[in-house]
Amino acid sequence: MLSLLLEPFSYSYMTNAIWVSALVGGLCAFLSAYLMLKGWSLMGDALAHSVVPGVALAYLLALPYAIGAFFAGMLATLSMALVKSATKLREDAVIGLVFTTFFAVGLLIASVNPTAVDIQTIVLGNILAISGEDTFQVVIISVVCFLVLGLKWKDLAALFFDEVHARSIGLSVNLLKILFFTLLSAAAVAALQTVGAILVIGMLITPGATAYLLTDRFGKLVVLSVLLGAGTSGLGAYASYFLDVSPGGLIVSLQTALFLLAFLFAPKHGLVSQKRAIRAERVTI
Amino acid sequence: MADCSIELSQISVTYPNGKSALDDVSLTLREGTIYGLIGANGAGKSTLFKSIMGMVKPTAGQVTIAGRSVRDALRQNLVSYVPQTEDVDWNFPVLVEDVVMTGRYGHMGFLRIPSQRDKEVVQEALQRVDMAGFAKRQIGELSGGQKKRVFVARALAQQGQILLLDEPFAGVDIKTEESLAQLLRGLAREGRLILVSTHNLGSVPSFCDEAILIDRSVLAAGPVATTLTQENLLRAFGGMLRDVTLGGQALHQDPDERALTVLTDDERPLVLYGAKGGEKIVIGGRG
Repeated sequence: MLSLLLEPFSYSYMTNAIWVSALVGGLCAFLSAYLMLKGWSLMGDALAHSVVPGVALAYLLALPYAIGAFFAGMLATLSMALVKSATKLREDAVIGLVFTTFFAVGLLIASVNPTAVDIQTIVLGNILAISGEDTFQVVIISVVCFLVLGLKWKDLAALFFDEVHARSIGLSVNLLKILFFTLLSAAAVAALQTVGAILVIGMLITPGATAYLLTDRFGKLVVLSVLLGAGTSGLGAYASYFLDVSPGGLIVSLQTALFLLAFLFAPKHGLVSQKRAIRAERVTI
Repeated sequence: MADCSIELSQISVTYPNGKSALDDVSLTLREGTIYGLIGANGAGKSTLFKSIMGMVKPTAGQVTIAGRSVRDALRQNLVSYVPQTEDVDWNFPVLVEDVVMTGRYGHMGFLRIPSQRDKEVVQEALQRVDMAGFAKRQIGELSGGQKKRVFVARALAQQGQILLLDEPFAGVDIKTEESLAQLLRGLAREGRLILVSTHNLGSVPSFCDEAILIDRSVLAAGPVATTLTQENLLRAFGGMLRDVTLGGQALHQDPDERALTVLTDDERPLVLYGAKGGEKIVIGGRG
């Protein structure tokens, strides 16, 4: 029995997939705690799609894919800011417009040279087939992001909560915003390999949303979110070995399952305890 | 206590869309004084606040805080800001004590790890606004007045000598308004400079020392009694105020020229009484 459970670890590609997924899942979960609070959740989705042309181009030119992705992400963010400030279009329209354009360009580039660029890997991700070189890139990105977040998470929280106050205590608001979007682009890039461009959004929303139902303190929310994200991602990659299913799909499904549990049974904000509180209120009246 | 005046010299702000929000505004604000910044919606109150906070760069003129540039003044935590209730995300997962602690960030190191002293200051600030018993509550669970007090506590914890409050009386009941006004008076007596933006006319005489009426440029500024006149207010608000004047036959049987004027924008009214040109404020808050 035990030898069966340990079997995935005897394959280096599985071991790799498990801990890389956990690392990336934890990073995305960290950012999800912020995104969700600002109503920016779809920004993550937009960025994940927007990096696709960068990745395709990088593969085409045999450059590290992270560099291409990163520039595409930054370019997309800037384009959104530009279109938004220059027109009266609403934010959702601007985001939708920019990211679909980028994604379409990505598909075009990939279709020009289908052998160099495996578009399926970019869109759906395939952590089981990640190359050693790509693993290295993902790990570097994730570790640097975690370090920066570890140092600046309180400042970012203060900024997200009250921008004017953040300014009044001497924080460099604009620099922090740029920092956050840089981290977000980097995380989207790292997550591409794990779950693909389409499911990145799940990893960038669900863990934070689940943790939000479980605590009223931001610090705890971040810790819970990272644990949930890393745990489900590692477990998803591991279990995909036995179930013979797509790791990306399994990871996000696991996260949703945990969200549903929290949604129903969270001690204070869950459906069940809220119903009970309402009933108790009625009885006392 | 160090000098902590605010000096606005010939500030003009024109937004990129060509709209002029402030035009040649010059003001000197001094410590130990409560200023009421009064104007209609769109008169430039929030632009003036934003220029003091460095969020809007004046197209002309200069803001100096305690003899320093805005940037330096903010770095030194001289300015605290109390936001309008509707500008706060009350669902944010943050406890009362955590909010107040963010007021200390500017005094902490790079990692924002609170020292014993920081914790004490937060505790004192909470006690001062009578919220020590609510330290562990999530902010959305508080009443309107309690919510306001949390943010005043945050400003106190920051220990800035300048307090900016944006519409502090919007959405709070009369009792809360009074206790808040009393708290602010106490803070001003300790030497702080307090600038309050409001369109609630009635509350101004009750606790402000000076009034500043603006409509893109300064219409009038000075002690409340001489600044808050019917003439000035009508200039500032145009047709936006309810204006009821009882005089002559409606009020007296004799040729007395004095008239009773009630000015209100649906908040607490300002009541003036007297002959034309010599009206005095009779009600405005405390009464």
